[in-house]
Parts: sequence; C-alpha cells; structure tokens
Amino acid sequence: MNRGGSSPSAAANYLLCTNCRKVLRKDKRIRVSQPLTRGPSAFIPEKEVVQANTVDERTNFLVEEYSTSGRLDNITQVMSLHTQYLESFLRSQFYMLRMDGPLPLPHRHYIAIMAAARHQCSYLINMHVDEFLKTGGIAEWLNGLEYVPQRLKNLNEINKLLAHRPWLITKEHIQKLVKTGENNWSLPELVHAVVLLAHYHALASFVFGSGINPERDPEISNGFRLISVNNFCVCDLANDNNIENASLTGNNFGIVDSLSELEALMDRMKRLREEREDEEASQEEMTTRFEKEKKESLFVVSGDTFHSFPHSDFEDDMIITSDVSRYIEDPGFGYEDFARRGEEHLPTFRAQDYTWENHGFSLVNRLYSDIGHLLDEKFRMVYNLTYNTMASHEDVDTTTLRRALFNYVHCMFGIRYDDYDYGEVNQLLERSLKVYIKTVTCYPERTTKRMYDSYWRQFKHSEKVHVNLLLMEARMQAELLYALRAITRHLT
Amino acid sequence: MEKMSRVTTALGGSALTGRTMHCHLDAPANAISVCRDAAQVVVAGRSIFKIYAIEDEQFVEKLNLRVGRKPSLNLSCADVVWHQMDENLLATAATNGVVVTWNLGRPSRNKQDQLFTEHKRTVNKVCFHPTEAHVLLSGSQDGFMKCFDLRRKDSVSTFSGQSESVRDVQFSIRDYFTFASTFENGNVQLWDIRRPDRCERMFTAHNGPVFCCDWHPEDRGWLATGGRDKMVKVWDMTTHRAKEVHCVQTIASVARVKWRPECRHHLATCSMMVDHNIYVWDVRRPFVPAAMFEEHRDVTTGIAWRHPHDPSFLLSGSKDSTLCQHLFRDASQPVERANPEGLCYGLFGDLAFAAKESLVSTESGRKPYAGDRRHPIFFKRKLDPAEPFVGLASSALSVFEMEPGSGSMSWFVDTAERYALAGRPLAELCDHNAKVARELGRNQVAQTWTMLRVIYSSPGLASAASLNHSVGKGSSCGLPLMNSFNLKDMAPGLGSETRLDRSKGDTRSDTVLLDSSTTLITNEDNEETEGSDVPADYLLGDVEGEEDELYLLDPEHAHPEEPEYVLPQEAFPLRHEIVDTPPGPEHLQDKADSPHVSGSEADAASLAPVDSSFSLISVSHALYDTRLPPDFFSALVCDMLRFYAEQGDVQMAVSVLIVLGERVRKDIDEQTQEHWYTSYIDLLQRFCLWNVSNQVVKLSTSRAISCLNQASTTLHVNCSHCKRPMSSRGWVCDRCHRCASMCAVCHHVVKGLFVWCQGCSHGGHLQHIMKWLEGSSHCPAGCGHLCEYS
Repeated sequence: MNRGGSSPSAAANYLLCTNCRKVLRKDKRIRVSQPLTRGPSAFIPEKEVVQANTVDERTNFLVEEYSTSGRLDNITQVMSLHTQYLESFLRSQFYMLRMDGPLPLPHRHYIAIMAAARHQCSYLINMHVDEFLKTGGIAEWLNGLEYVPQRLKNLNEINKLLAHRPWLITKEHIQKLVKTGENNWSLPELVHAVVLLAHYHALASFVFGSGINPERDPEISNGFRLISVNNFCVCDLANDNNIENASLTGNNFGIVDSLSELEALMDRMKRLREEREDEEASQEEMTTRFEKEKKESLFVVSGDTFHSFPHSDFEDDMIITSDVSRYIEDPGFGYEDFARRGEEHLPTFRAQDYTWENHGFSLVNRLYSDIGHLLDEKFRMVYNLTYNTMASHEDVDTTTLRRALFNYVHCMFGIRYDDYDYGEVNQLLERSLKVYIKTVTCYPERTTKRMYDSYWRQFKHSEKVHVNLLLMEARMQAELLYALRAITRHLT
Repeated sequence: MEKMSRVTTALGGSALTGRTMHCHLDAPANAISVCRDAAQVVVAGRSIFKIYAIEDEQFVEKLNLRVGRKPSLNLSCADVVWHQMDENLLATAATNGVVVTWNLGRPSRNKQDQLFTEHKRTVNKVCFHPTEAHVLLSGSQDGFMKCFDLRRKDSVSTFSGQSESVRDVQFSIRDYFTFASTFENGNVQLWDIRRPDRCERMFTAHNGPVFCCDWHPEDRGWLATGGRDKMVKVWDMTTHRAKEVHCVQTIASVARVKWRPECRHHLATCSMMVDHNIYVWDVRRPFVPAAMFEEHRDVTTGIAWRHPHDPSFLLSGSKDSTLCQHLFRDASQPVERANPEGLCYGLFGDLAFAAKESLVSTESGRKPYAGDRRHPIFFKRKLDPAEPFVGLASSALSVFEMEPGSGSMSWFVDTAERYALAGRPLAELCDHNAKVARELGRNQVAQTWTMLRVIYSSPGLASAASLNHSVGKGSSCGLPLMNSFNLKDMAPGLGSETRLDRSKGDTRSDTVLLDSSTTLITNEDNEETEGSDVPADYLLGDVEGEEDELYLLDPEHAHPEEPEYVLPQEAFPLRHEIVDTPPGPEHLQDKADSPHVSGSEADAASLAPVDSSFSLISVSHALYDTRLPPDFFSALVCDMLRFYAEQGDVQMAVSVLIVLGERVRKDIDEQTQEHWYTSYIDLLQRFCLWNVSNQVVKLSTSRAISCLNQASTTLHVNCSHCKRPMSSRGWVCDRCHRCASMCAVCHHVVKGLFVWCQGCSHGGHLQHIMKWLEGSSHCPAGCGHLCEYS
C-alpha cells in the first residue's frame, strides 16, 4: 500500500513546529497585534473573496432575503464562494432564527451565544449579542449564565456535551430537561434548541477553520455593544488567527514537492475507483481499519498539542483571557477522544441504525416543522456539491474524497458506516489535513493559519472553503444524530 | 370454529391455526420473511439471523444461521427474503453492501451459499423473482440495482438509478419482466429486466424518500408506495401515465407496506420512527385505519402476511427484539371507538352536522325541552341517512339552514366599530359605550357600562342622573340578544320542529344540540315594549316550569308577582351591587355557575315594582358616601365578565377588559384573558374588521396577543413594469431601474400609502387623489376613466 505522501509531510510538520513554537512563545508576550490580512478572512487573501463577490448578484439577493442583520457579513462573503450552498445555508439559518418556531426570538440568539461560547468564538458571540438586543432580549442576561432564567441555564449541560462529546448524551439528559416541573422544555422547544446549538457549534468550526475576521464597520455598534465588545481583548476578536508571524508565511516547501503530492492524491483516488473489487478485505480487516482510524485520530491531535504548546497551559490561557466563559459553565470540559486508551469501550454508533434520512429527519420535522426539509436540503447540497475540479485539474470525480472527509469527521465522533472502507481515509487524507480536520471539528479555537496553509498547498482557497463546509455539515449532522437518537429513546 | 373452517377451504386443505403471540429475540430485527409453507419465518437484523417455526401456541427457534466465531459484517442484515418457490433458498442484504444467498439444504452448519460483493454501499433491499428460481434483484444506497443469476458468480445486469439511492425493488407479480424501484429523491421507476440501459417509466411519487413499494397481488397495475412524507399512495400503472388512485395519510413516515391477501383494498403499513403500531388500512377510507396492532414497544421494522391467501395472520418483527404473530380478529379497530361526527358551515351560514346514528339515538332518550315550541323558526332541518361505508354504522346528517336576516350580526359589527376603548377618561369611555349599546338596542350591555362607570369613576351628580335613566330604561325591555354567534345559531334550532318529509327518526334528531341553549330565552316580542317605563307591565310567559330553581333573594317581594313579572338581566347585577349586602357576590357566583341562569334571573328581576328605580338611586348615593373602594367590586366585575364570555359575548368581555385595564386585569388569569382576546380577534377578522382587531391587539396587555402584530409583518411588492418582486425598496425596481409607483397628480414617487383606482389602475398619494377627486371625477392621469373613490 502506498502511503508515500504522509511521511515527508509529517517530517516537514516537525520542522515547522520548532519554529512555530518559538513564535508562539514570543507571541504570548505580545498578545496585541493586528490581523495580517484585511477582508473577510485572515486565511484567504482579500482579493480572492472580493473578486468572486463583485460578480455575484445572486449573493446580494440572498443576503437581502435571508440575512438577519441585513448586511453582508464576513461569513457570508467567504461562503459566497459557493453560492449554491450559501442559499440553503442562509435559508435554514434564517428559518431557525426568524421564522415560526417554538422559541422566542431573543432566546434563539441567546442559545446561539451559548453555543458559540463553548468554542470561544467571539465573532459569533458579538454578532448575536447584537441581534439578541435588537430582538428585545434582556440586557442583563448578557452578564452571564447566572442571570438567565433557570430554564435556559438547564440547557448548559446538553450544550456542553453536544459541543465536545456528543456520544455521551443519553435519554436521561433529555428527561432531565423535559421533566423538571415549571422549568421544563417542551419537546418542540428542545428540538429547536438542539438544532440551534448544533448549527452554531458547527458554524464556529467554520469561522475558525476559515479564519473569519471580526466585522469591521463601526456603524452598527450602539453604545452597549461597544462596551460588551471592549470586554474582549483584541486577540479574542481576531480569533487567535494572528499568532502567525510574517516570517512563517514564507513557504519552506518546494513547489515541485506539493505538485507531486497532488498528482499522487489523484492517482490514489483513481486507483481506489478502479481497483475496488480486486481488494477483498475481510471483515476483521474492515473493523480494524475503522478502529485504527479512530485510534489514529487520537494520535493526530495529541501530536499537535505536543508541538504547539502544553495542553494545560493553553486552557488556562483561554479561561483567563476571555470573557466568553461567562456564557458557559465548566469551561475546562473539552473534546475527548472517542477512542481513549485504557477506558471502557464506548459502543460505536452504527450509522445504518440511525440515519439522518430515515430517522433524524422524521423526528425533527415532526417536532419542528419544515426545518427537516431545510436541513435535509443543506446536507444533500454539501454532500453532492462538486465542480469536478481539483486544483488545476478538471473533470475529476471527487466523490471518494468528499466521502472520505465526511466519514472521517463522523469517525472522530464514533459514527461508523458499515459500507465504508476506512482504509480509504488513510490513503486520501494526508496527515497535515487530518490534523486540520481534527482541530477544526474538535477544537476549532486552536486552528491556526499554519494548519490551514500546510495541507493541500496546490489547492485553491475556494476548495479549502469547500472542505470547511463539508467539515461543518458533517459535524452538525453528527451532533444532531446523537441528540435526536437520545430524544427518540426518550420517546420510546 | 367457523372462522377456521373458512380458512381451511381457502387454503385447500392445509389449515392455518394459531393465536396472537410473540417471542423474544436476542437482538433488534431489521426484516422478516416467511417461507412459502407458512410455517417458518426468518428474522434478520444487525446481530441476529434466525429461523423460527410458527407453531400453534408459540414460536420455536429452528435454526441459527449466524455461525462462526467472529461476527462478520456480511451477517449484519438490512433485509432478508425467502424464495417463494424454493423452501431452501434465502437471500440477505448486508449493511456493508454484500448480497448473500443461503441454501438450507447444505449439510454443513454454515448454510452460506454465495457472496456478491458488487455494491459499494449498503444494500437496502433484495427481492427474488416470483416465478423464476434463480433470479435475484438487489437495490443499494450507491444508486444501482443489480440482477443476479444464482447459477453464475456475478451479476447479469446492472440498472443505474442516476446516482440516487435505491430504497426498494419489487418484481411485478403478474408481469414477468417488470420490476419497480423506489428512490431516495421521491421517484419511482419501472424497469424491464431485459433492458438495463434505461427505465421504462419514471415518475415522482413522494416528497422525500420513497421507502417501500408493493405490487397488488391480484390487480395487475396497482402499486402501493410509502414515503417519508407520511403517505401511502396507490398507483394505477396500466394507464399511460401512472395515476394516483388512492392516498392514505398516516401519522409517521411509512417504512413498509404490504397488501393484505384476499382483501382487495386492504394494506398493512408500519413506520420507521415514533409510531410503533402496525396499521391495516382500507385504501378507500384513508383517514381511519381499519385495524391496528399495538403489541410492539419500539418501531416495527418488518411485516409479512403469513400466507399469500390468508388474510388473518400477520407477522412482524421489531426493534424491541420481539417477533409477533397478530391475528386479525384480535386487532383493535379504531373505527369502533371513534365517534364520527362532522360539522361544517356553508357559504351562507348553513350548518351541517352529521353523527353516527347510534350516537344520536342514545341522546334521544332525553326529553326535548318544553317551552320553546312557540319560538319563531330559525332553521329548517333535513335529515339524510348518509350512505353507509363498508357496512359500518349509518349516520344521520342534519342540515340547518339560516333564515335570511335572522342570523344577522350587524349589532356585532356596529358595536365593534363604534366602541371607544382607549384614549379618553374612563368615565367618558363608559358613557360612550353605554350610548352605543343603547342605540343598538342592547340595553343590558348599556346598563353594564353605566354600572362600571359608577363603580370605577369618581362620583358626581351626572352619574346619579344617568343611573336613574338607565335603570328605568333597562328594566323596561326584555332580554336582549346576548348570546353568542354559536349559541344564537343553535338555540333556536332546538325550538324548530319542522322537518322535511324524508327525514326519518325525527324524534331523536332534534336533541343533538346543547341543552344549555334552552335556558336562553330569546323573545322577539320584547321589542314591542321597549320604551315603556313600567317594568311591571311587562309580562313574559316563557319562564314556566323553571320557578322551582329560582334563587329568591327577597321572598316577600318576589312571591306575589312571581309568575308574571320578569325583569331583564340587567337588573340582576345592579341589584347586588347596590344593595349593600356582603354576601352579594357569592350569590351571584352561585347563579352564574348554575346552568339555569336565566331562570334565576327572571326571579330576581321580579322584585322590581314601579318604585324600584327611585330606591335604587337612593341606595347608590348611600354607597358613595361610604366610599367603598373599587377593589370591593372587582370580584363581582370579574364574574360579570366571565358571565358575558360564557354567554358568548366575548366582545363585551374584551372591551370591558381593555377599558378597565389594570383595575381588573390582575383578577382574571392570563390564560382566560388570552382566550377571550383570541376569540374576539378571530371574530373581528371574520367580519373583516381589520382596524378594530388591530386596535384590540395593540391595546391588549397579554404578551401572546401583542406579539400577533409582530409576526409576518413583511409586505412584498411586485414591480408594476416587470412584475418581479421588488426586494430592496418598495418604490424602485432593481431590475428595470424604474420607479414603480408614480403619483398621477404630482408625478413624484409615492413612498408611503399608494391609492389607486381599480378601474384604470392609476393612482398616487392618498391626499392628492382625494383632493383631485373632490374637483373632478375623471382620472388624474387623463385616461378618461371615471374614477371612484370610496
């Protein structure tokens, strides 16, 4: 089996990392610095996005129709690289924030704030603090979780689990929310809240993964908002994307190297398509591959934390510096690998036993009408979205690649597809990409420009945004599946 | 057992016997299939694959096909099918995309026969050809259907569903070469097994995935499909275009559908989510299932009729790890429990009401109420025996026709429009509203307003005078029409005894309606006496027979006049408020709660002789002197509001609530208030009184109500030139870059209210057009049209 691509890049990572570590240390002392790039994203050069934007009238139309703030925010700008998807994204987001639903409008925004706070995503928090006040929310609530009604506070537990370890959600959690006397949640309300939580956890992944810059225009900031914004330090506002040093952006790798990498990837994809039938993997082999992928994903991040900075150090940093934590409790609770060594074996989620199409959809749509269709369309859209291009090559069938990305995310959340050969993941996704995926889906707040830059160097930015979209939706679906399965179990 | 003998003949000798029973499996089942001898059933799931023998009293495990030390994914079955020609042949579809065939005739422990690993994704369905021994069809998530010849190692042909996942494949029972497949995008395709290049026919059957389909066992062209959109549809495929012949709406997504043998219109369904029951539907009766099996505790995943010619045995497997045999005679029949009733308003206010005959006849035991025979006839009643449906209970249909003018609600409209609810001091509001009510001849209401004024505003000379006036006035007239819309329509219906000739069983027919309505004595003759100042003169004969329930407040007064005199309802609250007796409110309460309100009122009223008005005034003066706080009355006022609301005059209740505001609000619970508000707003909107309803919404303090005005506030405008929606601003079109609405008078853009003539469609600023049309009757645009402005 050819895994040529992985070893050199791993070595390269290592080289970079000593370098990077120095920068990070240095950077910690000078917390305040300005983002490197202007424009909507810190990762993507401004002209890439803007170029695409000016041509696109459709986006403007969509923004007018569905945006809650009524302007083109940075997320939308970056997403508008994929207009087809943007439409279903905005439509579903608009529906859950503004249209008929069991929850009052300010509550919806507050839940969004709670969800974003789990990942310290100040961009989303600011945005929704604004909207929260605009829709008539009580300003006092913004002082933190202690100031909100018990009912909303109760949501904290499920928010925490959904964001970091969705597989721990059981029907007992649901029961605790549904049957608590005066503070209880009705099932439609709960489903609405769960959809919002999953959406904003996933969106936080996208924001960090694409390095979305904070909104700049000052005109919308009213008095209160200024204050609340000022509570965050500048590094928060920049989503920590600026820890990159200009000296690092100079590429250490020859172009020839990465070109051959791309060729090799395409070669492997082609081979996978053609030679599938020849390779008769036994059942044990398949199971092992899934387990291996799970295990490896564990290794992926521990490696990364090792060469960025020590784990505890990082977390302390987070808690102290950000005011975001007032919207959450237990801020130390984070992603923990599904396949932890030495712990009791958690049952794998068999995808075929609880699928979105068959089960999730029916439940969601039953309790919160129409959102099912919108989400269904969005998942379908992102799964099938392709331009049949890869970097400079055209007419490429990227199905296997997209499926590998999607299933890899689910794999990290312990969801297994019987009909998928997890060996493919290993062949198609290089190590640096795996690091990126793992970070974006599990610890989005730790994403750096280096990670973003280090994989698929030949690919266009729009393609990397496409990857981010896939990661985001895969994550949202995984969270929803776990939550909805728990609700189903509660119902039966 | 007669039933059994009938079954025996149907099956030609081999009788099926058994009872409703279930057995526990070790793991959740995904699918089941029956052997052709109807004595064995195979159950397959993620971690189970067993054959059970069906015996009379129980299921007996016969064979475990899951052999080998290590569980293989090939054994994780999504579907299983037993060949209907060969008792030894089975096929399973595995979740990892493998199709496996099993030969029970193999001597070894492992019965696995062949392995087809051609599908890339989960195989959702496998299906044997009904008559060919070696042909197997599979449909997979990867969008392909494959046809296998079991004598060969690989597939014979592959059918492509254009990258949409295949959810079900079924060979047609009658057409040798045809099979149907259903897809995740809602399509159904018909294929000829000989032509793998393209499908014969394709149509969209459902919105969302079509999970299952089943060919009718006898009717060649009928195909039933079930989808995630909670529908079962029956298609006639014989015609040129597939035609939907029946549609059954279920309460959850449909996972399996199976035609019931020997019953042309019956089919069984089960759901994949939320709903655990199995339903048998008569497709001609799509709203109520013909039978229902409720044994399972989790979703049912597989259903199968035990024998292709026996309609009474149904087998099912479920996620709750049980295998069940259901007997049709043990099924619960929702139809039995349901009380089919229909109620519908016609275009002109006619009311049709249908109910099961048995239901009507039980009610007919009650005696029709006396005392209302002399009432004018409001409705004519026709009785129509509705056509019985599949031998079910026949039902009685009554149609109530509205006599022209009788149901007029003009008082309601007038009142709503003329009432003042806010913006002035309380006293003025009350006076104004009292005046409005009086002018409309609703004296009780007028009286109430006056009373409220007296209670809640500061005392003065004027109040005494108006009180005097209204008392005199109020007592002079009969019971005003206070009842609601519904009651009003129904109550007189009771009195009407005329029926059309073809009605049958009229004795029971007139009793359907509410008994409480009889207590409302509507008497139109009262109008004549209006204006008379002497209440004692007025005689109302309707109260016969109700005296025994009267509450006598003042026996020595009441007795002499009792049978003849009636004071209107107004006098009632008045009396209690003014006579300074603490127990007053309780008495009122008693009466308000009693169903015979009007009766007791009649009696309470009867104590008012000529001099009553005088005494009343004097009492009220005394009242002011003692300065009772308004709070003292609030309980009373609340009762009064409830009384009005119960009578159906929710208008009064809401109006008073708004006018009094904080004074009474806290005494009535939120929900009741909300309920009143919503009913009043609903009524107003039915009468197109948008302005009033809006005002009410605005003035309401209930959160749920006031947010009504905040929902769907967007108004979409289309450009007058290109007919496209104008998205950014209401007056400039982004597409044709023209101003859409110009004022015909001043030729400027209209940015606010735009008024236009419906004849020539010219228009402009509201003020400009008004001014213009004062001077000229022609259109300001010069088109020559004679515009009308109203």
